[in-house]
Amino acid sequence: MLIKIAKPSDVKPSEITPKSLYLDRRRFLKTAAVAGAGVVLGTIAAPAPAHAARGPKLEGVVKSKWNLETLGEKLTDYDAITKYNNFYEFGTDKDDPSRNSGAFKTRPWSIAVEGAVEKPGTYDLEDFIKPHALEERVYRLRCVEAWSMVVPWVGISLANVIKHFGPTGNAKYVAFETLLDPKQMPGQNRRVLKWPYKEGLRIDEAMNPLAILAVGLYGEAMPNQNGAPIRLVTPWKYGFKSIKSIVKMRFQADEPPTSWNEAAAREYGFYSNVNPTVDHPRWSQAKERRIGEFLKRPTLMFHGYAEEVAHLYAGMDLRKQY
Amino acid sequence: MTRETAIRWVAKPIVFTSALLPLVWLAWVVATSDLGPKGPLGANPIEYVNRHLGDWAIRFLLMALAVTPLRGITGWAQLTRFRRMLGLFAFFYVCLHMSSYIGLDQFFDWRAIWKDIVKRNYITVGMLTFVMLLPLAITSTKGMVKRLGGQRWTKLHRLVYPAGIAACFHFYMMRKGVQLEPIVYALICAALLGYRIAAHLKKKAARTAKGAATRVAADASRDRGKAGAPAS
Ligand code: HEM
Repeated sequence: MLIKIAKPSDVKPSEITPKSLYLDRRRFLKTAAVAGAGVVLGTIAAPAPAHAARGPKLEGVVKSKWNLETLGEKLTDYDAITKYNNFYEFGTDKDDPSRNSGAFKTRPWSIAVEGAVEKPGTYDLEDFIKPHALEERVYRLRCVEAWSMVVPWVGISLANVIKHFGPTGNAKYVAFETLLDPKQMPGQNRRVLKWPYKEGLRIDEAMNPLAILAVGLYGEAMPNQNGAPIRLVTPWKYGFKSIKSIVKMRFQADEPPTSWNEAAAREYGFYSNVNPTVDHPRWSQAKERRIGEFLKRPTLMFHGYAEEVAHLYAGMDLRKQY
Repeated sequence: MTRETAIRWVAKPIVFTSALLPLVWLAWVVATSDLGPKGPLGANPIEYVNRHLGDWAIRFLLMALAVTPLRGITGWAQLTRFRRMLGLFAFFYVCLHMSSYIGLDQFFDWRAIWKDIVKRNYITVGMLTFVMLLPLAITSTKGMVKRLGGQRWTKLHRLVYPAGIAACFHFYMMRKGVQLEPIVYALICAALLGYRIAAHLKKKAARTAKGAATRVAADASRDRGKAGAPAS
């Protein structure tokens, strides 16, 4: 019983949880057993022995082929993933999102599906997710600021979502939009960027099996500061492409405008694929600092996902179409 | 206690010690706390250290630039006695900031550092700021003031104005989007430099007014002379 509770899904805890947390949990379990508190105490404390106030555990998450073993890297600590965020809607410092998003309301939540699509409409979040399997996807995340993490996302395949809505022949691109609500998102009171935040993908990029709409991480519902309730994750692109707190998805024939590109076109292209050979005017992209490590490591082309995505860009000059 | 003793043995040591606090605090935290995501420096302690040192570099630079305007406003001439110390602390934190960039952020990858300096505009500007501040730090001693001569020394040390502007640019450029904090620093810098421009213009106006006044007086007396007869 105790052990069962400690399991976040059908994955063994040692596979999904960083060592420190895992050991903490084991230590806790041992203490609990010694104290003779048994099942009752275990039930109360098992969800989060090391952290307070974490999201509710997600049910029915299945393991995918993108897991910790196939990736062969160490997960980034939960606290790093949830306290070191770029989410300018909640402030520009890395700890602003975790401090300012506590009261952010993510229910009820609906997503407008518009444009060149067979089933347009405004869908309640639950209905939007329900048709699709919740998968755990352990991905690298590379920020354009030259740091990176390994995150165990939980999400649904974007390709499945798109197929479900039935894009028409005119659907060459998918545009996404974040919620615009300055009352809840204090960062939107200043024009750091032109709000609401906008992002987009070419339809074949969006249909790539790697692309997901994530609704959680570490087996738990998405923390607000990470883009609750639903966000894009495209691990071969710089993090800012992975738009958060999505309220709109629009299928269209033209390349949609994107927020950072609007702010500084020379620095942030539409594609923004992780590319160590294309230099950014602000940061060298040749290396990255994995959060939790001291020395920088070389950045891999498409952040190590070349096998899955390189064909999307065959024949393109990635120096020009960065 | 004379005013001289008060400044030399009380006020200056207090300013000196306070100016070291940001560094002492940082060293203390690095030595004693958890450098993980739950610790006081957050998930990326290297970024934190570098930014903390950069922040204090620009703060001391602006404090040094604030001395002259403050003296003008308060009329308290003794303030100038603290200017060199503040300027040197600015340089001190600049050196630490640069060292943390070289040693922690880049870990002595000189090729990457050189590429950064020539390619990343905000780092180019940071380096330029350093190059402007360096001669000021070197010539900050009494001996150097004497050797250069007051006028040349003063002229050289006007480099601190472009250095201040460049530091603000460095900060603004380094942040993504249009962010408030670097704008606030830039506005403070603009006010401090604006004060000098205003003071300079006022002095010039006063000088020309005075010049005009003397000229009028001279003309008047010449006219009187021409008239010949004293009107007594
Ligand atoms: C060789 C010269 C310099 C180099 C290589 C350099 C490098 C850097 C780097 C890499 C950052 C960005 C850190 C990050 O991305 O987190 C930075 C930020 C900064 N630097 Fe410099 N810098 C230099 C000179 C200066 C000087 C002379 C000043 C001020 C007098 C200064 C003040 C700052 C400030 C205020 C920041 C922003 C800190 C923040 O975001 O809070 N830097 N510098």
